[in-house]
Parts: sequence; C-alpha cells; structure tokens
Amino acid sequence: MTKDDVAEVIKTHGTERTNLLPVLQDVAATHRFLTEEDLVRVARAFKISAAEVYSVASFYSLLETQPRGRFVIRVCRTISCSMSGKGNILTKLKEILGIDLGETTPDKRFSLLETNCMGWCAEGPSMLINDTVYSHLTPEKVVEIIKEYRER
Amino acid sequence: MSQDAEKSTAKLSKVEKKLNLLKKRAHLIFRNIDCVKLFNRILKKTPDEILATITESGLRGRGGAGFPTGMKWKAALEAPGAVKYVICNADEGEPGTFKDRVILERQPDKIIVGMATCAYVTKATEGYIYMRGEYNFMSKEIKACCEKWNDLFEKKDFPFRVSLRLGSGAYICGEETALIESMSGNRGEPRLRPPFPVSEGFNDMPTVVNNVETLAYVTMIMDDGLDFFKSVAKDDSMGGKVFSVSGDAAIKGVFELPLGMTVQEFVDIFGDGDTKAVQVGGFSGLCVPRKHFATTIIGYRGVQTGGSMILYNSTRSMYLVLKNYLEFFQEESCGQCAPCRIGCQQLLLGIEAMRQGTRPLSHIDKLRELVNVMGVASKCKLGMSLANPFNSITEHFFEEICSKW
Amino acid sequence: MEKVSLTINGINVEVRKGSTLLEAAKKAGIRIPTLCHHPDLVPAGNCRLCVVEQKGAPFLLASCTTKAADGMEIETNTHRVREARRVILELLLAEHNADCISCPASGKCQLQSLAHEYFVQKTDFMNIADKSPIDDSSPSIVKDDSKCIRCLRCVRTCSELMGVSALVSAHKGRYTKVETLLDKPLQYAVCTMCGQCVSRCPTGALVEKNYVNDVWRAISDPEKFVVVQTAPSVRVGLGEMLNMAPGSIVTGKMATALRQLGFDAVLDTNFSADLTIMEEGHELLQRLTKALRDKEKISFPMMTSCCPAWVKFMEHEYPDQLEHISSCKSPQQMLGALIKTYYAQKRGIDPSKIVSVSIMPCTAKKFEASRLEMKSSGYTDVDYVLTTRELGHMIRQSGIWFDELEESTFDSPMGEGTGAAVIFGASGGVMEAALRTVYEVVTGREVPFENLNITPLRGTDGVRAASIRIDKPLPDWSFLEGVEVNVAIAHGLANARKLMDDVEKGLSPYHFIEVMACPNGCIGGGGQPMPTSPEIRRKRTAAIYEADSKLPRRKSHENSEVLALYKDFLTEPLGHRSHELLHTHYTKRDDLP
Repeated sequence: MTKDDVAEVIKTHGTERTNLLPVLQDVAATHRFLTEEDLVRVARAFKISAAEVYSVASFYSLLETQPRGRFVIRVCRTISCSMSGKGNILTKLKEILGIDLGETTPDKRFSLLETNCMGWCAEGPSMLINDTVYSHLTPEKVVEIIKEYRER
Repeated sequence: MSQDAEKSTAKLSKVEKKLNLLKKRAHLIFRNIDCVKLFNRILKKTPDEILATITESGLRGRGGAGFPTGMKWKAALEAPGAVKYVICNADEGEPGTFKDRVILERQPDKIIVGMATCAYVTKATEGYIYMRGEYNFMSKEIKACCEKWNDLFEKKDFPFRVSLRLGSGAYICGEETALIESMSGNRGEPRLRPPFPVSEGFNDMPTVVNNVETLAYVTMIMDDGLDFFKSVAKDDSMGGKVFSVSGDAAIKGVFELPLGMTVQEFVDIFGDGDTKAVQVGGFSGLCVPRKHFATTIIGYRGVQTGGSMILYNSTRSMYLVLKNYLEFFQEESCGQCAPCRIGCQQLLLGIEAMRQGTRPLSHIDKLRELVNVMGVASKCKLGMSLANPFNSITEHFFEEICSKW
Repeated sequence: MEKVSLTINGINVEVRKGSTLLEAAKKAGIRIPTLCHHPDLVPAGNCRLCVVEQKGAPFLLASCTTKAADGMEIETNTHRVREARRVILELLLAEHNADCISCPASGKCQLQSLAHEYFVQKTDFMNIADKSPIDDSSPSIVKDDSKCIRCLRCVRTCSELMGVSALVSAHKGRYTKVETLLDKPLQYAVCTMCGQCVSRCPTGALVEKNYVNDVWRAISDPEKFVVVQTAPSVRVGLGEMLNMAPGSIVTGKMATALRQLGFDAVLDTNFSADLTIMEEGHELLQRLTKALRDKEKISFPMMTSCCPAWVKFMEHEYPDQLEHISSCKSPQQMLGALIKTYYAQKRGIDPSKIVSVSIMPCTAKKFEASRLEMKSSGYTDVDYVLTTRELGHMIRQSGIWFDELEESTFDSPMGEGTGAAVIFGASGGVMEAALRTVYEVVTGREVPFENLNITPLRGTDGVRAASIRIDKPLPDWSFLEGVEVNVAIAHGLANARKLMDDVEKGLSPYHFIEVMACPNGCIGGGGQPMPTSPEIRRKRTAAIYEADSKLPRRKSHENSEVLALYKDFLTEPLGHRSHELLHTHYTKRDDLP
C-alpha cells in the first residue's frame, strides 16, 4: 500500500487505539500482508511503537507480517475437515502449485497455508482463498478453482 | 438400488421423522418473524418487565459457558458507567461449531433486536457485533443490516447504534475478555478476572457480551413468550439449543434441538450406525465414549455445550483425533501463561513420544498430572478446560493412543 | 483507609483494600515464589508459579494478581500448590535452554534457583527451547531466545518504565516470543540500549555484552597503558556484587581494587562530571543570554545529554527536537577525549598505546562509546565500557578480598571530583549540580538552599519541577534580574515522554530539563547489580547524597583539577578546544525502512 493509501485508511477509521485492528485489516487487504512500511506508518499515526503494532498484528493469523502472494490459500486442518479428506486437497494443491505449506509461488500469485477451524465443519473439506470460502472440496474441484484464479 | 443404499434410505427416513418431531418442539431460531413489529412491541414494555422475563426464562449463555443471561444484564444495569456497551460475540471458533455463522446468515435481524433489547434493559448505547475474520464474506450483509436498524433506532429516538467489528484469526478472542482486548486494539489476550466485563469491559465501561445464539433466543423469548420457551426442554436445561453436527454423521449441519437429550438419543438420530464416540462441546468439551452414551445428558445439568457435536465412528483413530485437538490448542493458546503455552505443546509431544516409543507408556501419568495442573493453574478457561478432552480421550481410548493403528 | 482481613496459612493478616495476596503474604511473613512478578512492574500473572489455594475454591489463585478479600482463607503450602509449582517449573525448564554452566546468568538466574529449591533437576518433558541464533548485534545487550521463559518482564519494562516498546510479545501460542519489530537484530531496533530489560530478566535471555576478557587482555599487554574511569554511581552499587548491603559506599576500596587488577591509571568520571557542569552550565547561560539579552530565537528547554539512552531515545522518537539537547558530551566521553589528548600529553604517553576503559552503571554507555563521532581525540575515545557487574566479576576473578582492601584515592590529574559530581548518579543530581554552579556564577552567591541541598529536585516522583528566582545578579548578568528559571527532571523514559509531548508542542514552561533513562537515575542503571527494586534504589540514592555531603568541595566550579584543565589546556568553557573535544552532535534516526 502506498503512503497515501495508508493515510486514507487511517483517516477513514481514526487513530484511537480501538481502531487499530480495523486499520490493520484494511491495510493488509491490499496485498495480503503488512509490510514494514505499513507497520511504521500505522504506528506513527497511532503514536505507538512500530514493534507494538507488529506485536498486535502477529497475534492474529489473518494479519500476516511476512510476504505472501496475491491469493492466500488457507486449508482448514481441523478435525472435521481433516476427517473428510483435507489431506487429499492439500496434496493436490501442493502438486498443482508446486509449493509446500508456508510457501509462495515464484510468481507471487499463491501462498499455501493451513488454518484452524473456520466454521465449515459440516461441509468439509474447506478452504479460504483470501476472503472467499470454498467447501465440499474434491481434488478435481480444487484444480478448477486454481485454474480460475490463475486467470485473474 | 443396492441393498446398502436402500437400508440407508430407510434409516434416513426414520431419522427424519425423529428430527421433525424434535423440530416441532424446538423451532425458534430459524422461524421467520417480523422483527420490526416485534421491536415496537418490546419498546412498549418497561425495561424492568423485560429483565424479569429474561431472568425467569432461565436463558443461559449459548456460547458454552452457560452464564444466566438475566443475571448478566442485571449486573451491567446496576454497574455504574458513563457509557455502556452490548457486544454480540460472533467470534465462533470452537472446532465443530458453525451454528452462529448460519444464524448470522439467516437471521441477522434477530441478533440486532436481541442486542437492542439488551441495550434497552441495561441502558447501553453502543453495540458491536464482533465477528470472526473468517466470516468476512458476509460483512457486507451484516453491515447493511446494522445500517437498516440504526436508521430505525434513530427514527424511534431509541438511543442505540450497532456496528460490525471483525476479528482476524484468533480462537481465543471468543473468550469475552480477550474479545474486548481485541476490540481495544490489543493482542487478544484474556484479562485477569475479576473485574468482569459487566462492570469493567470495553473502554473499561460496563459491557454485556452475549453469544449470537443467546441474543437470537432473547428475541424469540420476546416474541413467543416465556411459556413457549420454557416448554421446549426438559428439566433445568431450558429452551432450545442450536447444534452444529459434523464428523461421521448421517446428517450434518445445524439443528435446533431441545436441551436435555442423552447422547444416545442424539446418536440415534445423527449417528452413522457405527458411532464410537462423540465430542460434545467442541475441543474444550468432553469426548463421550459409546458406553456412556445412554447416561450422558447434553445440557447444563449434564455436559455443557456451545453446540458442537463431532461424531467419530470405529474407523477413526482416536490418537489422530487427540493429536488434531492438541495441534489446534498449541497454536491457539494465547501464549501468555506458562501452563497453557508450554503445557499444550508437551501434551502433543508427549502422546507422539509414547506412540513412537521414545517415552514409556507411563508417561501418560506425567501428562495427566500436567493437564490437571493446567486445569487449576492456567490463567483462563482455555488452559483450564483442556483436561476435558485430554482426560476423556486418554481414559477411554488409551490403547488407541499408544498402539499403532 | 479501608482494610480487609484474611488468614494465610492460619495467620490472621490485615491489609489495605486492593492489596494482592502476594503482598498480604509478605505482611504475614510468608514468602511465595515468583518469576514474572517484579516490584517495578504491573503484575501480569503469566508464570503462575505464585499460585495459592483458597479454601473451597476449585482453582488455584495467582497470588500476584488476586486481590485479598475479607474472610479469605489462603494456604500457600498445600500438596496441590507444591505439585502445581513443581509442574510449572518443569514446564519452564522444558522451554528453557538450561545451559547453566556456560550461561552468563548462572548464579543470579531465578529459574535456576527456584528449580533447585523445588528439586526440579530434570524433567521428562521434551525440551522445546527456541532455536533461533543468539542476537549479539548490539554493542550493549545480548539476546538469547533459547533462555527466554516469556515472563515478559522485559516487555513490560520496555513499555511501562521506558515508554519505548522496542521489545514486544509477538505471535501467539507455541510461537509466542519476545521480539523487536519483525524480529530484527537489536542493533537495528528502536532500542535505547538502556539495559533495564537486562536488569529484570530472571534468566540469561537478556544479558549485557561482556568485554571483561578484552580488558584483561589489554591489562596483560605490556605495550598498553590502560586507563580506567569510574562513574559516580558505581561506587554505591559495586558493593552489592561483592556481598555488601545495598547502599554501601566503596569509593576508596574500588580505587584500590582497580589498581590491584592492573590498571595503569585510575581516574574518576566525577572529574568530567564537574567538567560537564562547567560546559553545560555555560551553555545554559549562553542560551539564556541569547534569548533574553540578544532577543534571538533560541529553543528552550535545554535538555541534558549525559544519558546515552535518553539521547538515542530522542534521536529515534523526537528527531525534530534534537536542538533541545545540550551539545555537551557525556562525562564518560569528555574524559575519554581528554585521556588521549590532555592526559597523554601531560603524562608523556603515546596516545596510541592508551587503552581507555570505563566502568559504568549502564549498558547504553557501551553503545555511546561505539558511536562514530566519539573519536575526537583522533582515536576511539573510550575503548571498552564495563558495567558495574562486569567490574564485580573481574574483582571476584582476581581473588581480591574486597572488604579487606585499604581505601585509596584516584590518580591525578583527572581524579578529583566534587559532591556535585557524585550526585550525577541520582535522578535530579545533574540539575542540582548545575544549579549550584550556575546560580553562583550569575549572582556570586550560593544557591539559596540549606547546605546546598536543592531538595525539591530530590525524591522518587517520575517528574519533578522547581523554579529559582534570580535576584541581584552580578553586573554581567543584569538581564537575568527577577527571572524565574524553571527546571524539571524526569527519570524513566516513560516519564520523559510526558515532558516531551509539551516540548514538541512548544508548550513547555521549562528552561532546563534533566532526563535520566533509568528509574531513579544511574544508580538504577541497566548495568548495576541485580536485583533492582525501589527499595534497593532508595538505599543507593541515600548513599549518593551521603557521599556528596561528606566531600569538602561540593560545587563543580571549585574542582581544582577542572580549573587547572581550563588554565592549562581548554582556556575557557565553550572555548575552541572544548568544542573540539567536549561537544558533539546528534543524528536523526527516524528514517523509514
């Protein structure tokens, strides 16, 4: 996010401490993670240390502080999804993306992560791509979905 | 049609019949009502009358802890404070729970009317729906719903505004003080209690934190009246409860059922015929083995639950189940207190080591000692409640834990 | 005051309402083990080691955070409590790299001593100590995450006392870790190097960078002439490293010990503290003259520059306000610059052969000595900075029986110090010393306080202020007639922030502000013996003022060696040579990455 974009987000929400999370969420929404510049800019506006902003952000798994791709895939690894075939989904994803868990494709398009229960237990296996939920997954469906994202 | 499929259709229809029966008894949350009309009716009553109704209904928190809602409201009403808040806890994160998502998707009006009712009683002027970040996909609809109601409140000179706040991926924020910390722009680390949120909550002001489902029930109590609500369930577990059913279940999804059933009754409806254990109340609840199905009651006088029911059939390794739980907790512990932060990791490493033979089977005693210390010495309920799943699984399925599956 | 009464282990105890169970137990004479608790910090209840049992309660209570209530029946030594403590200690050891033999904190490690106390020698739990490499990037502080038990004392110190938050708690669950912004090396963090985290770390996760062996090497090198200087507050802290009670004044024994260790010259930073007052006092007068007489636009308040942590804090946090800081170097660096020039000349020593060592109560001084601008003698002005603790270790290593040592004095020149220099060690001391001199320069009379003790500047409040009215000045200073000189002091950088917010807005009513980064000033410095507590610091402060009161000369401008220095070498305060050797400039450190 550019300096002006960050300033705009901060202006929208205000700089009371209670607005820190909404600000970070909006700043992170652009490129799926918070850069050092983002953290410093937010910290200055809120008049707190950049490390403190980092401390808050790093607590939340959706506020990434390390570089991620444009599309962050989070596969649910918790029990119900795990029982309904999450393993195959993950294997498929690794295969078609050519990356391992925690990695980002060289073209910076996809990052592959696991996540804890995301509330689709009856419709597993499930995953999030950025904010979009995909449930009732099968390896075939995953291929289709990724294909579609490749074209975006 | 194969024989198996025929059999399963027959079973399903039997199941459906039972389910329909239950649904007749508990069909509150998803019934469509005219919320605007109801809200007008609510405003015609006095706050005292409403508080009395909620208290008498016996409604208890549906998030899992089961605290009497009337008492919570009364405490917030009586607590001094320049501003008071109502927060709807929509940070549904307990594994196997997704009923709040469905209620939010299908009945957002009921939640806001429930919040407004609480505000009317407690004199709160600001309301927040704190929704987990993973549910961001429905933010737009929820925000629009908030706006719609805010306009109405303004028109009616009802001094209350409601808005949406999002979490960002932290299970612990479902704990109400952690939720308040998160709303305050901090790490979602549970606070020391007391003070409780009803006296010092958000911005250190009196704050009621109620679960999505609790608030929806408030609305339905206001609509259907006390008697209907009380007639739903057996004994002291009053009212209905929305269950999230997953795992090896014949039918999965969200079901509103009366509290007070036995696990056996539940398994008869939802099981796949081969159920060996049911995890009642999510990962922090109890794992009930088959031999205890008939004697275990689901509800406040039995096993308390936020509604998560995960069924396991005989093909499942309880080792992998427990391992999955512990992998979850070692990441989702807030990490503040030593027993929980280190304890969760040691429980996981411990069962892995016993399985691999790098620790003797007697290591289980060490782990049970640990989990019991976590139960009495942790800072919050996360660490404290780990004894529930750990002890119940290792007690009933010890061989599965230790032997190769 | 409202009281509550309860029983602890059957003992009736009455405490004021709001007290914790830990405080109540202390009052009842019962010790409860703690790790994350520290008397300077807000209780956190993180380690859970201090759990106690309340009769009838299903859970144990953390005594550091639970408030005492009427009628409580507390037991601190039941089977349940002991077992819980033992398990928690085992857990902490599992998270800890128990590398005790080679650990710099061995012996003072609170985890080590509690494990010992509870017979927890080994644990069946798996070791999960952090594996990240040791961060020794900073010249002052070494951070070893494998030793960290996440008590967060350092984090709370950095935010509550220092208002810096360079160290924070990052991530959650099993990944919870104390980190800087994005886990950068400390050298690149917004760290003031004050070392207060080091003072409060219960294990060896945060320790000072140790230069003892480098100094031994220099001492053993026959080619080198090793000069040592000791800061004012070292003389009231060092005793604690050598089994003496807090508040022991060991000036004379320390000088003897330093000679026995093999230092070739034993000088006193007090000398350059007096010199600082001469320079800084005149700088203040110069600013006042320009503002009041010449009507120039001059930024007030002027702020002290003795404290390197404070200076670095300003460079990071208030980069646009640097003109407020006095251009004077700190006493350590003034003396360093003079040792390799004036002193070398006077003693006829080749300055390239001099190794200049300073003993400081401070870890930030190590950083200060490494600053690139601190080479005005043509060499590195100060080669090695040791903390009071490191000197204590050297004395122990050398086998000296410290308490049996004869007392001796510092060498000359640059070994003389007045009482005004000694009080540099306590918060408010620099200001008091400056006023003793400035007032007399301007009026020809002593400051109007009994026995020169400017009591409004003393004490423990985080921010203190005073004003002195100038009446009947000497003719040269007539423009100061009737002027109220407003001064303030702050200790603990969190308190300094309170003053800075006004300064930033241009609303500060003060002419001169003293800031010391550490609580209660240098006597509470990050390089002082451990443990630290308000009580221990009170004793050290009392010792400082006692040392002042006993000295024959108590005003910097009466230091005969300082006067000789001006006569022989510098000519006058703020003169050309002073500017070359004794003054410096500051660097904005706010650039975005």
